[in-house]
Amino acid sequence: MFEIFRTVVMRDLVLALRRRADLMTVLFFFVIVVSLFPLAIGPEMSTLRMIAPGVVWVAALLASMLALERLFAADYADGTLEQMLLTPQPLALLVLGKIAAHWLVTGLPLVLISPLLGLQYGLSGETLLVLLFSLLLGTPALSLIGAIGAALTLGLRGGGVLVSLLVLPLTIPVLIFGSGSVEATASGMGGEGHLYLLGAILVMSLVLAPLAAATALRISNE
Amino acid sequence: MLEVRNLECVRGDRRLFRELNFTLREGELLHLHGHNGSGKTTLLRAVSGLLLPSAGEILWRGKDIRELREEFSAELIFIGHKRAIKDDLSAVENLRVACTLDGVRISEEQAWKALERIGLYGFEDLPSRVLSQGQKRRVGLARLLLNRAPLWVLDEPFNALDKAAVGLLQGVIREHVANAGVVLLTTHQEVSLTQGAVHSLQLGSGELGHV
Repeated sequence: MFEIFRTVVMRDLVLALRRRADLMTVLFFFVIVVSLFPLAIGPEMSTLRMIAPGVVWVAALLASMLALERLFAADYADGTLEQMLLTPQPLALLVLGKIAAHWLVTGLPLVLISPLLGLQYGLSGETLLVLLFSLLLGTPALSLIGAIGAALTLGLRGGGVLVSLLVLPLTIPVLIFGSGSVEATASGMGGEGHLYLLGAILVMSLVLAPLAAATALRISNE
Repeated sequence: MLEVRNLECVRGDRRLFRELNFTLREGELLHLHGHNGSGKTTLLRAVSGLLLPSAGEILWRGKDIRELREEFSAELIFIGHKRAIKDDLSAVENLRVACTLDGVRISEEQAWKALERIGLYGFEDLPSRVLSQGQKRRVGLARLLLNRAPLWVLDEPFNALDKAAVGLLQGVIREHVANAGVVLLTTHQEVSLTQGAVHSLQLGSGELGHV
């Protein structure tokens, strides 16, 4: 069971590394969007500090939407997805493997670079740490929830925009608790409560999203 | 082993076929005939479980394939129009990933041997991107040499293959049928399969051939 999971993750990681340009686009999108705000709003530190959690989180959300389209599209186009549906392995496990690899190459770099971007907004050390931690809990949840939308819109024309329309409303709780945790820490209230809820969302989506995405894949492959 | 009862498939608004019945036993091959758009691929996809037929049932060893699910998948190899190989992986990598997902453990050596037998000697390590259409097709077909699944569903397996490869594949199919395997295939080419029982079924002409 674990070997199958590992095979899928490794396969997708190798594929991603051989197409590095694709990875960079998501990361650069995130970096540029976050960096545009200080340029546009001006160097007023108190304003920047106030908007920082929201800006970083919205940018992370949009960046992960941007990456979603590619989650199943390539495998669908060349027929390997079809073969995955016909393997004797539980499809949800294969889907989970694909999501894990997808998060490792698109979500994790974004999490790791976020403290650096937070510096532009004059966030304190503790706040930066909470920002990093909230993204670490939140971005996998975004990938998991997004996978359902990506699976449902597979093979449709204009699927990219449709995914965003479908998935964005579902990700609102992640956004609220994610940016909420950073805000609460910055204002000295402590963000633990928000982080716990974010963790709960992650666990729930970890259990349910692969099953839902697997069913969606079967439907869109008919 | 494989039994299709009163099968009906509809694509869009068009009914492709209805009340289709046939049974295949061990060591039998069914060659599907029919003009373009007569529903050959649809039938193959339905038999593989990729597509839900609008009526009728498909039984494998007496049980509905929808209930068997993964148990049925373990006994099936489906080779469709899409080549199902990754351009950025080499032939060996493609084959090993496909076999692991099929639940077949193969060593690196077995993968190389299978590729050599299918005529890809010297191309095993190249990214599949640089292979020709026929060579890519061969990478996909190499699975047939390593997987012991009894039911083969092959959609136009001879496409893009050269003469030597066609002969080779015919041999592989013949061997499989002789070993009590079951094969369901479509091809516009004349296939000479001497051993085992060969049935043919004509789709889309209104009259249904019976096996």
